[in-house]
Amino acid sequence: MILDVAVQGVQMLLVLFLAPLFTGFVRKVKARLLRRQGPPLIQPYRDLARLMRKDVVLADSASWLFRVIPYLVFAAIWVAASLVPTFRTGLLFSWSADLIAIIALLGSARFFLALAGLDVGTSFGGIGSSREVMIASLAEPAMIMIVFTLALIAGSTQLSTMAAFMASSEVGLRVSLGLALIALMMVAIAENGRIPVDNPATHLELTMVHEAMVLEYSGRHLALIELTASLKLVLYVSVIACLFAPWGLAPAGAGLPALAVGISAYAGKLAVGGFLLALFETSIAKMRVFRVPEFLGAALMLGLLATLLRFVSGSF
Amino acid sequence: MSGIDFDIAHLLAGSLVLISFLELYQDRLYSLLNIYAVHALVLAASVAWQAFIQDAPHLYVTAGIALVFKAIVIPVALHRIIVRLGIHREIEKAVGVGPAMLAGIGLVALSMVVMLRVTSDADPLAREDLAFALSVVLLGLLMMVTRRNAVSQVVGFMSLENGLVLAATGAKGMPLVVEISVAFSILIAFIVIGIFLFRIRERFDTVDVQVLDRFRGERR
Amino acid sequence: MTVTIVLVCAGVLLALAPIAVALRSSNRATRFVYGASMIISAVSLIAAIAHLLGAAAPESITLPVGVPWLGAHLRIDALSAFFLVVVDLGAMSASLFALGYGEHETAPERVLPFYPAFLAAMTLVVLADDAFTYLLSWEFMSLTSWAMVMAHHRVPENVRAGYVYLVMASFGTLALLLAFGLLAGPDGMYAFAQMRAAHPSAALGALTLILALTGAGSKAGLVPLHVWLPLAHPAAPSHVSALMSGVMTKVAVYGFVRIVFDLAGGPAWWWSIVVLAFAGVTTVMGVLYALMQHDLKRLLAYHTVENIGIIFIGLGLALAFKAHGMLFAAALAFTAALLHVFNHSLFKSLLFFGAGAVLTATGERDMEHLGGLIHRMPQTAFVFLVGCVAISALPPLNGFVSEWLTFQAILLSPQIPSWGLKLLVPAVGALLALSAALAAACFVKVYGVTFLGRPRTPAAEGATETDWYSLAAMMLLALLCLLAGILPGLFIDALAPVSSALIGSRMPEQSGAQWLSIVPIAASRSSYDGLLVFLFMTISAMLAAFAIHRLASDRLRRAPAWDCGYPDASPATQYSAMSFAQPIRRVFGTIVFRAREASFMPPPGDTRPARLTVELRDLIWDAIYAPIVVGIGFAADRLNRLQFLTIRQFLSLVFGALVILLLVLAIWT
Repeated sequence: MILDVAVQGVQMLLVLFLAPLFTGFVRKVKARLLRRQGPPLIQPYRDLARLMRKDVVLADSASWLFRVIPYLVFAAIWVAASLVPTFRTGLLFSWSADLIAIIALLGSARFFLALAGLDVGTSFGGIGSSREVMIASLAEPAMIMIVFTLALIAGSTQLSTMAAFMASSEVGLRVSLGLALIALMMVAIAENGRIPVDNPATHLELTMVHEAMVLEYSGRHLALIELTASLKLVLYVSVIACLFAPWGLAPAGAGLPALAVGISAYAGKLAVGGFLLALFETSIAKMRVFRVPEFLGAALMLGLLATLLRFVSGSF
Repeated sequence: MSGIDFDIAHLLAGSLVLISFLELYQDRLYSLLNIYAVHALVLAASVAWQAFIQDAPHLYVTAGIALVFKAIVIPVALHRIIVRLGIHREIEKAVGVGPAMLAGIGLVALSMVVMLRVTSDADPLAREDLAFALSVVLLGLLMMVTRRNAVSQVVGFMSLENGLVLAATGAKGMPLVVEISVAFSILIAFIVIGIFLFRIRERFDTVDVQVLDRFRGERR
Repeated sequence: MTVTIVLVCAGVLLALAPIAVALRSSNRATRFVYGASMIISAVSLIAAIAHLLGAAAPESITLPVGVPWLGAHLRIDALSAFFLVVVDLGAMSASLFALGYGEHETAPERVLPFYPAFLAAMTLVVLADDAFTYLLSWEFMSLTSWAMVMAHHRVPENVRAGYVYLVMASFGTLALLLAFGLLAGPDGMYAFAQMRAAHPSAALGALTLILALTGAGSKAGLVPLHVWLPLAHPAAPSHVSALMSGVMTKVAVYGFVRIVFDLAGGPAWWWSIVVLAFAGVTTVMGVLYALMQHDLKRLLAYHTVENIGIIFIGLGLALAFKAHGMLFAAALAFTAALLHVFNHSLFKSLLFFGAGAVLTATGERDMEHLGGLIHRMPQTAFVFLVGCVAISALPPLNGFVSEWLTFQAILLSPQIPSWGLKLLVPAVGALLALSAALAAACFVKVYGVTFLGRPRTPAAEGATETDWYSLAAMMLLALLCLLAGILPGLFIDALAPVSSALIGSRMPEQSGAQWLSIVPIAASRSSYDGLLVFLFMTISAMLAAFAIHRLASDRLRRAPAWDCGYPDASPATQYSAMSFAQPIRRVFGTIVFRAREASFMPPPGDTRPARLTVELRDLIWDAIYAPIVVGIGFAADRLNRLQFLTIRQFLSLVFGALVILLLVLAIWT
């Protein structure tokens, strides 16, 4: 019982502290691929510390909601990330929210962030919010279709049960799993605002969705929002890892050696995921904004096709 | 048939359907040709796998033909044709990407329903592979219907033929002579189409079929 | 006993109507009528809750009024009790809201007499146990709400709204009349108890389904019969709009459930296909229409259409499972649909009350003229935010729970052997997910443009907070939204008698699950704990705030917003409702609404303003209703000639009719 509580606590702190490191790692790999030195790996930690110390400069027309939203968004994403099995399945509170609830928590975070974009009453925030909800209107149904496919294969929507099923030998190489994996990667890129959907590195309103919504944030609020964005990226990589690469996950009730193996496997999966993400981002260009619905429409179609195949026959 | 053989065969057939969808999504000619080359590669892999599990060595020859001709020779030849015709720009679509992909899903659903109901007492692997093969054929037809550029219609025709080969290898016992005759007829058709494309281009300066429609004999 | 209490309450409400007419000149009439309605609805609510939670046996009573050989049968069973709870809760909160809102009504004598009669009519529809009482109460409900829609009859669009409403309501009642006629059979067995005992044939059952879907669906707002809803609901005063959207549509759902699940016998396997197809289309079309609107109340009315679609998806799944004998899954889908009935009545009423508060404070219904109201109406803004979060199906509030349960029901449906359903249910699931995401987008637009940002007009700048009655009603509903989201197990267990009675099975007992979570199927399969999610979020947010304020800085200063170096004086430069919806309009609207944008840029030197025109077309109206209107007009024009015949021609018409009848008599006997 004590071990369970400790594991849940370690999970929550682990994802929180690994998130900026993951972002730093992705930036470093991208820089190296472009033959630059790149910032040090711990630069995101320094950025967050610097932002935390600064004053918050609030626009005259901002409301109390604007000040509360960074904390709400952070809480929603942190709770969601704490429930994803990263190094051990069967977390203490994993039964309180299944994968559909986790997606809906991400949806609430996005809802509040879009409201923050509209709060100050300038056109920059409006651009970001309106594009963000357009992307969300296609990415979220695609994600739900992927969840349906995986739930129909694994017989459950609980992430711990699904991860345990995927790690066992009962799952074969299924067509719908392949389709779901591709669709999930497309959705993950769109939801985290990576190239080709959005450029996380620039601050021009014409090329960005996420950065435009949070343009007015400063100081500790901005630090929380950036931490939340890194945390969301780690959440998506963890979900892909625990569902499609579940090797090394310690089963529920395992002892300390298995947990250590789980943690190092997780670190390895993050490293591989970060490297692949950096490679992918460096090799293609960003799409025009109105090509993004076609991209996400394709993800939705793949998810729908995968679900349809599962409905039609159990061996797909 | 053990589980893993089943699954890999399914995976390869499903990847063929996925690549057909990718072909529907493309809007640049060069990338369409590359995707078609991958289509033919996956077909070759699928046929080779079928040869392995059915223990039918003549299917390896089919796989080899698919690899050499369809994955290498034909894409290179089409590439050259495109360069000479000078049409290496965007493909004009008659129907947008969204509706085309929705129609694609509908066609896959239709082929599932038809194949799985009609062959309800056959071998499960063969049934489902046939369902995938019919989907690839229908998606190839859809591509021919939704494109305005003659070269992309040729690619649709080729992927349709890939679907036919998949169907034939799925059902056990396709003799090599059938494969050779089918392949040669496709090759002849391809050469004829290529010649005609050049003549058309010389005459009318375009291979856009909508523009070509104006030069037909009887007018409405 | 319960049925007597509820019947007495309905009677007192009916008696209030002439009292309101008599009191119309008194300035305390408003307070009296709404206060009395509130107290009576509360009494009825308590009786209905007691009946539902006690899982009491059905009670009936027969009054010697109405048709001589039939009387008026009234009965309360689990289904009626649940819908009574919905009706009375909506009525109570609307009356509480109107205690404050009604003071601003310009023509109270056109609203006050009809309001208690409307409440009484809805109660009687839910209690009715024979076809005659049901139809009489249904028509009375339509008439009283029509009268209130026409309250501000000098506004031309209200006149058109009333006209379309009257036509569609008559059409719906005709369909229901035919449905009841089919069920009653040639012997005229109009009592529901007799209809239950008879077993209609398959063809009869099919016709009944179509007629019930048409009749009840048009009142509920199923596409394509929804056209009256976005015209009529905004035209009425806000508390009446809340009742029409939040409660009257649910009474229509009650009618559908009563006919299809109770009276028409066992469902055939294909019934669910029809229901699911229409429901899926309704869901997506409703929210897409809503996204294109910038009138606050019209948007909320279109959104009701979407939620009715979600309810009917649940009902369609329940029909599918019941037809194949999978009663456990049917109970899950049915409970999900009923829970959404309850949830929707809560948050839709809350949102309409908020719209009413904004309307009284600013005089504006158009979002493009509002903005920045969060600074001027802080409490209204807070409860409106709760309503927006609830309707967008976001945890930890109640909208998410019913949507989650519907998804769980969809995940059980691969076991259905029918091919049509195997292909339709994934498509419906995709449409449901799409509509949920679009609904969140819609409410970001509503809240962001109306309450956030800067005020766009002087009317918005001069807004003041509403009165305490309105705020109390909204806060009550917001609190209920939170409770239904945190403690969903209680509400699911309360619905168990209803599904036992109509489906024959019920969801597992939720009160035993750990930490008040809900486990719809099995613990290994899925579970959700609203309370824990809410607690975790609150604790994490407070922990983060505390840690950061202690360990890092907590200083704050105000400055002008970032303007890229160009001082931006006018609030017209911020995003408006139409501009916020532009990406979605471009992605979805070009196909669904033939949305076209045209811009006119004057040449340099010309001082005329540039114009951007957005053209949207309602394809359903163009394809279905416009031809019907044109056809009827054409036929009426032709028939008009009958007015201008000479006396000799009239006489020859009479003569011809007499001769034809005699001929028929001669040939037939």
